Amino acid sequence: MGSFFTPLSWNDSGFILTGVMNTITISLVAIIAGTLLGLVVGFIRSEANKAANTALGAVLDILRSVPLIIQLILFTTYIGAMGHPLDPFVAGSIVLSLYTMAFMAEVFRGGFDSVHGSMITAARSLGMTYWQAVRYVQFPISLRAIFPSWLGVALSVIKDSALVSVIGYMELLRTSEQLISRTQQPLEILIGVGVFYFIISYPLSLYGKYVERKMAV
Amino acid sequence: MISIQNVRKSFGDLEVLKGISLDVNKGEVLSIIGGSGSGKSTLLYCINAIETIQSGKIIVDDIDVHNPSTNQDKLRQKLGMVFQQWNSFPHLTVLENAALAPRIVKGLSKDEALSIAEKELIHVGLGDKFDMYPTKMSGGQQQRLAIARALAMKPDYMLFDEITSALDPELVGEVLDTLRMLREDGMTMICVTHEIAFARDVSDNVAFFNQGVIEEMGTPDQVINNPQKETTRKFLSKVLS
Ligand SMILES: Nc1ncnc2c1ncn2[C@@H]1O[C@H](COP(=O)(O)OP(=O)(O)OP(=O)(O)O)[C@@H](O)[C@H]1O
Ligand SMILES: [Mg+2]
Repeated sequence: MGSFFTPLSWNDSGFILTGVMNTITISLVAIIAGTLLGLVVGFIRSEANKAANTALGAVLDILRSVPLIIQLILFTTYIGAMGHPLDPFVAGSIVLSLYTMAFMAEVFRGGFDSVHGSMITAARSLGMTYWQAVRYVQFPISLRAIFPSWLGVALSVIKDSALVSVIGYMELLRTSEQLISRTQQPLEILIGVGVFYFIISYPLSLYGKYVERKMAV
Repeated sequence: MISIQNVRKSFGDLEVLKGISLDVNKGEVLSIIGGSGSGKSTLLYCINAIETIQSGKIIVDDIDVHNPSTNQDKLRQKLGMVFQQWNSFPHLTVLENAALAPRIVKGLSKDEALSIAEKELIHVGLGDKFDMYPTKMSGGQQQRLAIARALAMKPDYMLFDEITSALDPELVGEVLDTLRMLREDGMTMICVTHEIAFARDVSDNVAFFNQGVIEEMGTPDQVINNPQKETTRKFLSKVLS
């Protein structure tokens, strides 16, 4: 009596690798887009007046508070209902990037605010224009200071990217779910997936701690 | 020459400068003394256009500082300023701190900027600290760095806002000595200071500020040794005791 299930084999490695690459791709897209958008929004938050800040802050609060999985489903359903169904990768990238941006914006804002006005005044008193003071003084000082928090957000994005599987993107988790239903070997597969996330995240988080310690002295 | 003509400045309803007039000629040193909140810092900020004014005029070498058509970034290159907080750029070495503005503001080549920075740092006694990061230095050393950083822009005037007030007492001397040296170099300076003995030694003129007006102004001998006004005498006896 032949089994309906076929065990995991080396033939599956290409499939798994696609999942790995897709996880890495969507994470990188979200981290890069989220960082760039977060930098701009964080800078606006740090410079803008109170009214603009309250409005912007509310949007960011929503993005940060509504669970990512709900945002993903809402966005794809809504876009689909409007008659423009998006490729899961595109839809996932948009939602994950905006979600990342919301966290990055607060990280950057904190960094920019930590450079005192008197430091900028000192730079301006040397004849620097506003943008020179921003570029050569405020940015480099704050970007160094926030690096550990930036890395923390980036790492959680890699892990959160697993949720994009719910809208059908073939990242690592969805790949493994399909393998599990075919092979009925959930333990081996899920441990393997866990090890992958650990191998990516742990060295980076160690590096973040190292940088943090180095900056403290 | 810096000429301040009947300058008024308010923050909201609070009038901080109530018609200040004074002149500082090339090569002169003016010290400004006075109680907390009397408007000393505000005047310096108005001179290099960090703050705006409500009325009156400030002229620096024929430049009307607060005229809307004045290029204030350009103007600030003529006016070096050092603050109570030294504000060293923590991400740059001592040498880079002093070379940054000459390079990006004046557009000098890297080598030119570095050589000017080296010269000014040696001048203030930091010749052995080029590659250090400023946060590793004492407050006195960082304040001398702030002076060298300003001098590297080759300003025509220097404005000092209580630059020794945040220093440990044992570090005040080295910074005041640097100012004395600048005086010997012929630098035109306005020093807001609580160091009365210093003001008496180095100044050509001393102005005593009280609640936004110049209560008394003249040579150190007149204002510090023989004050005419009761308020001046009271202030001096308080700070000298
Ligand atoms: N940016 C500002 N906004 C509102 N009020 C200000 C501002 N800067 C200064 N003031 C007020 O203006 C007054 C004069 O301040 P200023 O700093 O010029 O005094 P000062 O003579 O330098 O005093 P100190 O010896 O304490 O440094 C103070 O009452 C101060 O609170
Ligand atoms: Mg002051």
